[in-house]
Formats: sequence, structure tokens, C-alpha cells
Amino acid sequence: MQIKSPNFKENARIALHNVELQEALGQFKYGFPVNRANAIKRLPEFDDLRDEARDLKNHIIENLDIYLEQFESKVIENGGHVHWCRTGDDANKAILDICKQVNAKTVTKGKSMVSEEINLNDYLEKNGVQPVETDLGEYILQLRDDHPSHIIAPAIHLNVNDVSETFHKHHKRPKTEDPQALMKEAREVLRKQFVSADVGITGANFLVAETGSSIIVTNEGNGDLTQTLPKTHIVITSIEKVVPTLEDMSLFLRLLARSATGQEFTVYNTLSTGPKREDDQDGPENFHVVLVDNGRSEMVGSEFQDMLRCIRCSSCMNHCPVYGAVGGHSYGWVYPGPMGSVLTPKMIGIDKAAHLPNASTSCGKCEEVCPVRIPLPKLMRHWREKEFEKHLTPKAVRFGIASWAFFAKRPAIYRWLSRGSAWFISTLAGKKGRLKKLPLAGGWTDWRDMPAPQGKTFMDQWKAKQKAGE
Amino acid sequence: MTSSRRLTIAMTTMPNNRKNPKVGLFVTCLADMFRPSVAFATVKLLEASGCVVEVPEKQTCCGQPAYNSGDKATTADIARQTIEAFDGYEYVVGPSGSCIGMLHYYPEVFSDDDPWKQRALDLKARSYEITQFLTDIVNFEQINAAFEGTITYHDSCSGLRQLGVKDQPRKLLSKVENLTLNEMEEAETCCGFGGTFCVKYPDISNRMVSNKTQYISDSGASTLVGGDLGCLLNMAGKLKREGKQIEARHIVEILADMTDTPAIGEAEYELAKAL
Repeated sequence: MQIKSPNFKENARIALHNVELQEALGQFKYGFPVNRANAIKRLPEFDDLRDEARDLKNHIIENLDIYLEQFESKVIENGGHVHWCRTGDDANKAILDICKQVNAKTVTKGKSMVSEEINLNDYLEKNGVQPVETDLGEYILQLRDDHPSHIIAPAIHLNVNDVSETFHKHHKRPKTEDPQALMKEAREVLRKQFVSADVGITGANFLVAETGSSIIVTNEGNGDLTQTLPKTHIVITSIEKVVPTLEDMSLFLRLLARSATGQEFTVYNTLSTGPKREDDQDGPENFHVVLVDNGRSEMVGSEFQDMLRCIRCSSCMNHCPVYGAVGGHSYGWVYPGPMGSVLTPKMIGIDKAAHLPNASTSCGKCEEVCPVRIPLPKLMRHWREKEFEKHLTPKAVRFGIASWAFFAKRPAIYRWLSRGSAWFISTLAGKKGRLKKLPLAGGWTDWRDMPAPQGKTFMDQWKAKQKAGE
Repeated sequence: MTSSRRLTIAMTTMPNNRKNPKVGLFVTCLADMFRPSVAFATVKLLEASGCVVEVPEKQTCCGQPAYNSGDKATTADIARQTIEAFDGYEYVVGPSGSCIGMLHYYPEVFSDDDPWKQRALDLKARSYEITQFLTDIVNFEQINAAFEGTITYHDSCSGLRQLGVKDQPRKLLSKVENLTLNEMEEAETCCGFGGTFCVKYPDISNRMVSNKTQYISDSGASTLVGGDLGCLLNMAGKLKREGKQIEARHIVEILADMTDTPAIGEAEYELAKAL
């Protein structure tokens, strides 16, 4: 997908003026966050599980090579194949090769953010293979030539009218605005695709090293049909998804569902362990796992290592007031919200993604709700440090910081500056106590009044009092 | 009750043997420049709780603008200056969760082998936001204040999530005569101030503060109270722009019974009749 992160400010401005999007976002905050809060109330040990999950993830990341190799040998033992891909291009090529080997014309796809990350759909289409998204949200977006604005609720920016019109246009059926009827319609269309697809591609929520299994969780069951009906099943996922055992996996599943949608457990939890065995009734004949690195291994040992704990629950964006104001598309690439503001600079470069880690008040809500306790505000700040070190910070900001620092490091003249500013602004405000406009502060006064200083600074008043012996 | 009598009562309630801890007041830039009455109210509360308050000359800003802009060198310079300024004080107290929170980040600014690291950790262990200090450290209960009206309380982010300030201000406010607290919906949601954020991304900040002022006005309160001047200036400025008849005040003004000064952004004022 086209990178629009450098235009974050403009994207956000448009989003803020998009009435339908604002309505959708207004509703959104009463959904997942409320459900999550209720689910957590019912699980008193939630915070203990978070600690356990954080520690386990740290252990996995420190031993990533060991668990990945264990996973690979198990997959091979089960009769499957593992493809190691350093870049997105490598992964696209590996998947296309598999499709060509089986003369695939169409592939069904379960939801996969990694496939969005590497632009898989475009790549397959260009090379004569038609991908069909089967997650309802992703399916709607594919018909509209649109992209996800959220990692688990991809079409959250659309409303029922948008879906109705899209289906009417593409399915050539009578128009309906009944959500149930629309869902039924999508199901009927997709059933045919499930049966006729040559290859099924799914993501993976976790990879289990001890068994060589991959697991996908969905609420629609589309993942099951995608991975069991076609003759070839390709799992595309990233290297940090591996966990040591099934027991460990269940710890993360408990946290994932509650943190994401507020469910105790996701409706469908489907494990794939190799291709169909001799006595299996059904299942794919070929089983491939495409492991994507795409910059992740470079994060190990860096200040961004904590980010590899992420289990893609979306809780950070669900609770983020900035995401809640501007929606996912404003972020301009695949991963929105706080987790995206940390990942995107790594994947497309801080020069293109500098706005993302800056467009945060560091309110800390994301860290508060993260099931694996990723210090997201701190990681965003590390990107600001990188930006500053590389002299990418806008000149005006650098100049502002340098001027302010000059004074802040010299208490005596800082007093003078505070005194002058307090006097200047309070004089401008006169008796009104506030200003409608203030030179050089348009960012503030365009939207709100500037309360005026009371007059003399505290330091001056305090000194005077001390002198007077009070 | 005279202030000297209040002081006597307060001293008897001190939980430890150190009857008169020496406290360095971290004034904070915004209180210094915009609202000295907040710093005076803080001093009044600290003294009432039995502390001896001094205001170190060498302090300026906590360094947050540099820290949040990724300028590590400037942050370290200012951290060293602040650490030195507050050397020798038993406690460092300020009327802001955000600025005190910044002092708590100082250890992260220095590497483990830097001698400043230990000094930064030491400062962190001694510094408190005012309501936290009054409640958790000196167990101050003698709030002698009255406030006619209904207030709603905004939990500022750094105080809440970094320092754990949540119950302390409410506990103290519950002791203010005639005061009614109506909690707003989403009291813990960021107001959109975010330091430089509000001028770097003004329209996003505006969306956030507009949501906030809606919750504030829905609460039915006539006064918004909070513990951070940055957030309060932001919300008060928006309330005024929207023409809402809701005042905004820092919590210490209410606790110190110093509400004779005009509220934030209100017309006309008299210089703080502090102490």
C-alpha cells in the first residue's frame, strides 16, 4: 500500500472533518474498551497473567533462534515446509512460487496484517493470482479497493450504508441495509470462493514450537474454511509469533481475546499442524509456513526490543485518544495507533514516519492497557530521540528547543524571561483575564482562549516576601 | 482558625519523628509564570502540614520539552541543574504530576556508570506531587477550607499513570466543607494538552479538549478542578472559548482555601493574598 505517513497532519485534518468517520469513532469507544473493562473485572488474576506474559515473551525474544528452529524442525517432521524470508519481497516471491507450483488461479485469505505489511495482494494480482479476502471487514475493503484502518476491525471507518452500496455494486443483488442480510449475502458469495480456491492463505496469531502448529483466532470461522478446504495452506506470519508450548499459547489466548474484544475467548481458535495425515478426513495436502523478518530481528537487542512482545490485540489503539480522534488511515500505513507509531518508523523509516511517534500526548493509556506491558510512550520517545539525532526534527522545533534550553540552563536570565513573558501576556490581556489571540501562539489561540498570567511571577513575589521578612 | 493554630494541629498529626521536614518547593514554570497563587497555595498547605518550605533559586523548568523532543543532552543538563538545586532537601514537592513525573524520569537520562544516576535516583525517591505528599507522606488531615459549589475532577495523565495519583486528591477534597464532587465520564482520558503536542498538532488537540469539555459540562459541575496547570490552562481556555460558564481551578487553591483570586482565565484579579 502507498505510504501516506509523511502527510499525517493533512490526513488527520481530513479525518477530523469527515463527519461519518467521526460518528463511527464516537461509537467505537463505547465498544471494545467497555467490553474489555467488563471482561477484566471477571478475571481478578488478569494483571498477574500480564506479568507472566511479559516475562515469557521476553524469554522467547532472547531465545528466538532456538524456538524458531524448534518450530521449523517440527513443521518438517509433520510434513510441512518453512520458508525464511528476510524481507517482504522475499516472502511475496516465496508465496507466489508455491502458488505457481500448484497452478493456483485463486487464493482465499484469512485476515493477515503481515500480508498487508508486505503488499501481498497487489503482488499476487500482478502475477496472475486472484486473492479473495474472507474476513468480512477485509472482504468489504477489498471490494472497495480500500485498506484496513484497524488491525482487528479493519472496516471500522465504514458504516452500514457504505457496505450496502459496495455489495449492491459488486454482487448485483437488490440493495439492503439490514446488517444481518448483508452478512448473509457475503457468506453466500464467499462460500463459493472457499470451495473453489486453489490455495488458502492465513496469518497466525501464534506459532507453537513444541508441536509445529500455527493458530489463528477468528470470530467468523473464515479462518477454518480458508485453511482446511484448499489443497494448499500457506501460513504467513512474522518471527516473533513463536511461543514454546501449547500451554504458553493458552496464556496468550486468554489475554488476547479479553484485551482485543473483551471476549473471554475468541469464537474460533483453529490450530494447523502440518498437512493432512493419512487417516484425516480432510485438510490441505500441502502445508507451508512463510516466516517474515522484515526488520524485526534488528529490533532484538535494540531500544525497541520490547515492541516484539506485541500480540496485535489492538487494545492500545482502542484506548488511544489520538486514534479515537483521527482514525487509523491518518497514520498512513499498515499499523495505526500507538503500536503502529512504534513499528512503522522501523519498517518504512523514521524520515517518512516521524509524525507518528510525535503525534502523542504521552498520556500513557496505551501502556496501561497493553496485555504484555509494552512501554509504548517510552518507545515512541526513543523514536523522537532517533529523529533528533538524525537532525530530522523540524527546524522550527529545534530552534524552539534550543532557545528555550538556553534560558532554562541559566536560572538568572530564566527569571528575567518568565518575568517579561508574564508581564507581556498579562498586559496584552488587560482586565479580561484571557486572550483570544496571541502572537506566535496561533496553534493554541485558533481553538481556545489563552488564560492570562496573574501578573508578577511567583519567584519575584516570593523574593519580595522573603525580603520583607514575612 | 488562624494559620498558626492550624499549624500546631498539623504538627501533632505528623506520622514520623521528623516534626518539621525541610521541603524544597518545585515551583514549576507554569505556576511561576501563569499562576503564582498555585505555588503560594502549595506553600500554605506544606507549612500547615508542618513542613519548612524553601524555594531553591537554581530551579527552572523540569526539562520536559527537551525530553519529549528527543533532545537527550539538554535533558541531562537540566536534570543535573535540578538535582543540584534540590540537594539537601528531605523532600521535593510540586503542584504538578507532570513536572514531578519528569523528575522521576531523570534516572533514565543517565547511564548506569554515571555518578549522576545515583543522584537522580535519590531525587526521585524524595520528590512528590503535592496531594500525594500530603496524603501518603505527611498524612495531613487538617484541611481547613470551604468551597460553595459542585466540582468535577480531571485526572491528569502523568500524575495518574506515572505517579499513581487518583484517590489522594479526592480524599483531600472530601474534607472541604460544602464541596460536592460530581465525577465526569472519562475523567482519566487525556485532555489533549500534551505539552508541545497541543501546538504541534493543534486540531487533534482541539478534538480531544472538545470531548473533554463536553464531559465536564455533562457532569453538571460549576468548577473544574485538576492538579496540573498545563491541562487546566488547556481546558479552561476551551471552556472560555465555548462560552461555558464553568470555572477552572488548581486543587491546591481549594484545599488552601485560596479561592478569592479569579479562577483560571477569569477577568480581574487581585494579587494573591497569600499566607
